[in-house]
Amino acid sequence: MIPSIPQSQAFRKTYTVYVGLFFLFLLAPLIVVAVFSLNDSLFPSLPWEGFTLDWYLEDTKERRGLFHDRAIVDSIGTSLMIAASVAILSVCVAVSNALLFERHQFRGKSVLYSLMLLPLVIPGVILGISVLSFSSGIANSLEDNYGLDFEFLRPGFLLIVLGQFAFISTMATLVISARLRKFDIELEEAALNLGASHFDVFRTITLPWLKPAIMGSAIVAFLMSFENFNTTLILAGSDSPLTITLFDRMREGSTPVLNAVSTLLMLGSGVLALASLFIQRKK
Amino acid sequence: MSVTPDLECRGISKFYGDFQAVNDISFSVPPGSFFSILGPSGCGKTSLLRMLAGFSEPDTGEILIKGNPVAGIPPNKRPVNMVFQHLALFPMMNVGDNIAYGLKRRKVSPQEQRRRVADVLERIGLPGIEKKSVDQLSGGQKQRVAIARCLILEPALLLLDEPLGALDLKLREQMKIELKTLQQTFGTTFVYITHDQSEAMVMSDQVAVMNHGRFEQVGSPQTLYYKPETPFVAGFVGNNNRLRGQVIEAGNGSVKVSTESGQIFHTTSTTHLQQDTPVDLFLRPEAIRIDRESDSLWQNCIKGRIDNILFDGGNSQLLVRDTASPTQLTVALPQTDEYQNLRQGEIIKLGWNSKQSIAFRAG
Amino acid sequence: MLRFSGKNLSFYLLLTPLLLTLVLLVILPQLDMLIVSLRERISYGEYTFSLLHYQEFVNEPFYWNTFLRTAVMSIMATLITLLLAFPIAWYIAKIAQGRNKSLIFLACLIPFWVSELVRTYGWMILLRESGVISVFLQWSGLASGPVEMLYNDITVMTGLVYASMLFMVVPLVSTLEGMDDSLVEAAYDLGASTFTVIRTVILPYAMPGVISGCIVVFMLTLGNYLTPTLLGGKDSLWFTEQIFTQFITRFNWEQGAAFGVLLLSLSSLIVWLGLKLSGQSFKKAVAS
Repeated sequence: MIPSIPQSQAFRKTYTVYVGLFFLFLLAPLIVVAVFSLNDSLFPSLPWEGFTLDWYLEDTKERRGLFHDRAIVDSIGTSLMIAASVAILSVCVAVSNALLFERHQFRGKSVLYSLMLLPLVIPGVILGISVLSFSSGIANSLEDNYGLDFEFLRPGFLLIVLGQFAFISTMATLVISARLRKFDIELEEAALNLGASHFDVFRTITLPWLKPAIMGSAIVAFLMSFENFNTTLILAGSDSPLTITLFDRMREGSTPVLNAVSTLLMLGSGVLALASLFIQRKK
Repeated sequence: MSVTPDLECRGISKFYGDFQAVNDISFSVPPGSFFSILGPSGCGKTSLLRMLAGFSEPDTGEILIKGNPVAGIPPNKRPVNMVFQHLALFPMMNVGDNIAYGLKRRKVSPQEQRRRVADVLERIGLPGIEKKSVDQLSGGQKQRVAIARCLILEPALLLLDEPLGALDLKLREQMKIELKTLQQTFGTTFVYITHDQSEAMVMSDQVAVMNHGRFEQVGSPQTLYYKPETPFVAGFVGNNNRLRGQVIEAGNGSVKVSTESGQIFHTTSTTHLQQDTPVDLFLRPEAIRIDRESDSLWQNCIKGRIDNILFDGGNSQLLVRDTASPTQLTVALPQTDEYQNLRQGEIIKLGWNSKQSIAFRAG
Repeated sequence: MLRFSGKNLSFYLLLTPLLLTLVLLVILPQLDMLIVSLRERISYGEYTFSLLHYQEFVNEPFYWNTFLRTAVMSIMATLITLLLAFPIAWYIAKIAQGRNKSLIFLACLIPFWVSELVRTYGWMILLRESGVISVFLQWSGLASGPVEMLYNDITVMTGLVYASMLFMVVPLVSTLEGMDDSLVEAAYDLGASTFTVIRTVILPYAMPGVISGCIVVFMLTLGNYLTPTLLGGKDSLWFTEQIFTQFITRFNWEQGAAFGVLLLSLSSLIVWLGLKLSGQSFKKAVAS
């Protein structure tokens, strides 16, 4: 209960212990992943054999650290490319969507808005298979009827980007719309009144106002894309992104390299998360 | 009329659906003057101002700025600037960039921008604050920066949309004087809209009282106060006691009125009122004399009991009830020492001359 | 509103990307999936309309058992998440103060920023036979030999609840933060017991947050693939696994599409029921 209502000592203690256990539950899996990436052992398990950075840096047959593991390094590259594309594309479309929904009145707006939200409630696997089946359908009919083979309509880079973009752009739209809703339209009128053209107004007033939301949603979009699994799994082609590579390795059995990659991922996400929090705080 | 007015409106009207926000308004504002449009909220004054700024176009009529019609000219091309109700200072820019915003749009060179910004800041009494962020300014400083941002462009006309509304009372009093001084030093024509009569009266050369989309009366603050032409102006500008009655003796400019509760008062009127016309009689609290002993000779006299003393320093008032009728009058209480010992329940005499009250046909 | 020149042009320029996205990436693919699920392959490139793949689903107990199991476990996971998250959300919103509060909230957000894969991997390291907990149990004498805690329903449930926790805590915190403490004080002042206060004041107030949290968690759990696969092993019987198997392993797209349509229908139905029962709008529940 709220602090101003008296409660028994026992209740308070139980409550505090519960909250403590909850955070142990929350953080324990992450901590063990990080800790075992530093264990000087061939398996990510107890006992503790001493501290080592081999699983990051070493390059021998027995111990190949993550920076020397071609497949992992390549898939990190693929994931970075995908995430950057998704983030840029999502933010551009989200700004456009936000302007459309916040600044224009038109028939069917409400229906369109609901449709825009739809990708958030379609399970990622289904989004994946529907995009896959649709694009393959097009690719097959093009091939059968015209003999054209469009490789980009087959599972791979473009399909992953499009599949992720379908729901990540909705998330970005919600964030940017919320910021635009708080914008005082008087500022745009004032700028017009001071002689700015419509383009000037957008460039010098509206866009700077949206900047924190744009940066924030770009970071979140990047992370969501980088870490996406369900949609990506269906749409991945031969050069698989990091999550898919890791998943395949995990099914084969765990090695401390997986812990090292995971730890690196956590650090990367942590830095980006802090950056996005910092941006939000600043506004 | 040799001088072209800075602003001239000819018969402008504006409809929103069936609702007529602005109804056939014509007026002109001479160069260098401070013109206020005073009216209650919803009277159409904001619609009028937005048409002047170019954010909407009138449905009928014509607006001329420095003699040139501005129909179809978008707001970013009009030689008018506006101080917005919430000032609309750009939060993502510092003070200097806010003020230079219009100059940048005109592609003025950076050195020239800097020089003129420094110059205008000097003139509004805030030199050297270019690098400050907008959040660091006090309410009054924000006002002045918002005005400087417009004046640096040397507009033909500065429109002000109730910019003092958000300030607290003390600061508002101070800003009234500052605005008036700024207007005089820059010599720019100001068109100021407000619902606060004191702002309009203190600052303006001319005030237009607006109601239901129309101008009720345009005149100097003194004219509006002493010679209201409509009951709305009499009721809206300054305080007034309003007494319902009937004309019992019509004369040339002066009439005799019998109130509902039977008192007979001599009063003036601006129009000719026939016998038996129902009228409203307006009498300002500050025009009523209080008399305790002597039998002075006023044209109108009543004897009343003090129901209540509303003490508010210099704005103190008495509520006095006529001893012979239920009529209650509000009377200003002068803070000269002879009235300090007035007590509730005391019987006093009230008196005023016919010239100090005015009767209008009851609407 | 800026209604000057080019208003229509800018409107259509803004409308185009949205329509392209919706039509090409959402509407047409979903329709395509429906159509694919309703056809039967006769020979290469030749198809007829057929309900075969839906009949297959009905006739094969393995399929609908998996389907029901997925639905029931998802609902259970949602309720457990709600029960576990509510006290935490309350603690963050009402009890923790100042710096402490933002730290705790941040700690709650951390797992969200970390890939689901990494989190699940963490659980595997903790729970497997040679895992941290097993070793700890042997060391403390609570178990005589290695304990395998992976590959059972409780583990899958733990993983599902863990994966969803944040999506329940955040909406609950934001709703509860909006509640004025004096409502609780007033209820006490008027003689209510703790339980009555929770039932009559706090829960009704928190309902919008509860609903949007539950909807999101349910959706995510139903569509989860990683957790059941990695923590539940081969016999985890999760419906998304079936879809994946049909699509990728057996290359039977028609059957996979039919399963997709069924899963989507199920999730829409339950979300719709949740909204109906609570009287909330879809937009509000999703957008918050």
